[in-house]
Amino acid sequence: MTIASPDMTREQQVARSGATEAKIANYTINFGPQHPAAHGVLRLVLELDGEIVERVDPHVGLLHRGTEKLCEYKTYIQSVPYMDRLDYVSPMSMEHSYVLAIEKLLDLEVPLRAQYLRVFFAELTRISNHLLNIGSHIMDVGAMTPNLWLFEPREDIMNFYERASGARMHANYFRPGGVHQDVPAGYLEEVGRWCDEKLLPMFEDSLSLVVDNRIFKQRNVDISIVSKEDAIAWGFSGPMIRAAGIPWDIRKAQPYDVYDRMEFDVPIGTKGDCYDRMMVRAEEVRQSVRIIKQCIRDMPEGPIASLDRKVVPPKRAEMKQSMEALIHHFKLYTEGFHVPAGEVYVATESPKGEFGIYIVADGTNKPYRVKIRPTGFSHLQAMDFMTKGHMLADVTAILGSLDIVFGEIDR
Amino acid sequence: MTNSAPRIAAREGLIDELRSALGESLTDSKDAVGELSLTVRREAIVDVCRTLRDQFEYQQLMEIAGVDYPQRAERFEVVYHLLSLTRNHRIRVRVSTDEDQAVPSVTGLWPVAGWLEREVFDLYGVVFDGNDDLRRILTDYGFRGYPFRKDFPLSGYVELRYSEEQKRVVYEPVRLPQDFRAFDFLSPWEGAQYILPGDEKASPEAPGAPTPLKAEEIKK
Repeated sequence: MTIASPDMTREQQVARSGATEAKIANYTINFGPQHPAAHGVLRLVLELDGEIVERVDPHVGLLHRGTEKLCEYKTYIQSVPYMDRLDYVSPMSMEHSYVLAIEKLLDLEVPLRAQYLRVFFAELTRISNHLLNIGSHIMDVGAMTPNLWLFEPREDIMNFYERASGARMHANYFRPGGVHQDVPAGYLEEVGRWCDEKLLPMFEDSLSLVVDNRIFKQRNVDISIVSKEDAIAWGFSGPMIRAAGIPWDIRKAQPYDVYDRMEFDVPIGTKGDCYDRMMVRAEEVRQSVRIIKQCIRDMPEGPIASLDRKVVPPKRAEMKQSMEALIHHFKLYTEGFHVPAGEVYVATESPKGEFGIYIVADGTNKPYRVKIRPTGFSHLQAMDFMTKGHMLADVTAILGSLDIVFGEIDR
Repeated sequence: MTNSAPRIAAREGLIDELRSALGESLTDSKDAVGELSLTVRREAIVDVCRTLRDQFEYQQLMEIAGVDYPQRAERFEVVYHLLSLTRNHRIRVRVSTDEDQAVPSVTGLWPVAGWLEREVFDLYGVVFDGNDDLRRILTDYGFRGYPFRKDFPLSGYVELRYSEEQKRVVYEPVRLPQDFRAFDFLSPWEGAQYILPGDEKASPEAPGAPTPLKAEEIKK
């Protein structure tokens, strides 16, 4: 038997060891479209070398409904409910960009109370979105309890939605010119009490189970680190770009509605890993509560929608008395209002990041083109480089930290 | 400005700087509703984007949108939305193209353009030269046609259902129990460009009612 020496060829070494060499092909496996950790109808084609992920090819579009095309066939106000069905986890934030885009083209002034109400509900929506995402992210890496706990305040938020708009999820509450109706008496104070007495205690309790938990940290810390340069190049926004360490928040940088009157902090991450992304969202929940409190404190009395009757329809009671109001109501719900020709791109800070609406108007009552800038689309595209070199089990952790919802990505 | 949309401070003198930096490539620029849009030559889009990214600090490509204008010679517009994180400003760059002429891909500048261009390709059929992964993205596997073109019907051409006999999903031509109702609510008094229903029956000069005679003209 020959002794191993450095100048032996590989074939000789193999022959000497007595082993037979077999070439192991890379595994290609399908993840989804029906998988509990796929957050909807994501199909990932994963190429694995053993347990190491070499390539990820996300297949999207399984929930494509052609929202943008449908909007071209509807009047401006008829398209608002489509927005709810984009990111169905944060419906009101989707409406927010859309109504602001229309208002920008019309150059329509919105009463102060309506602006406050919109900010109030946008932040309530942010909490609801983050509760779901944090909970499901924690469950994706193996902890069950926080998800169950966090669903309870989320259920409360849906009840608040229902009391304000009549619908638990697809609210159709924001309208061009303001909001649809005022909130009931005592509603705001009740939300304020709920924040203190229920939301925050439950939230902090649930998080205390995981944030310093060894297993949770092992699954998240240093997983899928995204540098500042990568975050910019891959079009990240929202908590994803902030976790990478860039203090960019549209609510601060390009304030809309009454965000310029609000006092809140923008949390940023230090490493850009999955743990940072989750903790940024967790801090945003606390900041959202701060904003909600300020809204409740400062909200003035007054009209909840513009009094421009060529855009905002009158209330039903007014229609019983006034011929003019009846005509306006009829015209707005049949023909709708005309938007001056032009184009506009309005992006707001939705819970997931920059959600933009690009409208090309041709001066008629229907948009010529509506382009929705989904947030998760860019984030999901980065999945390939974020996952490369990680273990198969990390895929769910990374997916959870992306915060994707397919209603919005597939449109 | 009275609306409450996101407030973006204007960059003073930007358009003149852009004109001198981009030169021939810039064919048109427009500043409307506080948003600056540039129209550039199609061949120059990569250079323009590089200039905007490196000299004018528009670091992020947020969106690529396609728009279809069937009546134009070059029917498609591809619209790029750029964002500057450091100067807190947005800019829009557009190029036009048609079914055959490829638009140079900006994937070399921003990897995020990969999917954004795939989407425009999928929905409009615009080809991007240099994007090495130009597959369909949002539509179904094996889909035919470009659904967001204006001449593509809203209902599409095929619908699918699960067939109990064949034990699989089958594709069939669209059959609507009720026609798609496109209500026309545009007011005919505001310059409708078509003949109103019923008007086609009217002869060009219908004789009007005879002018009544004056009192003194009536023979007594």
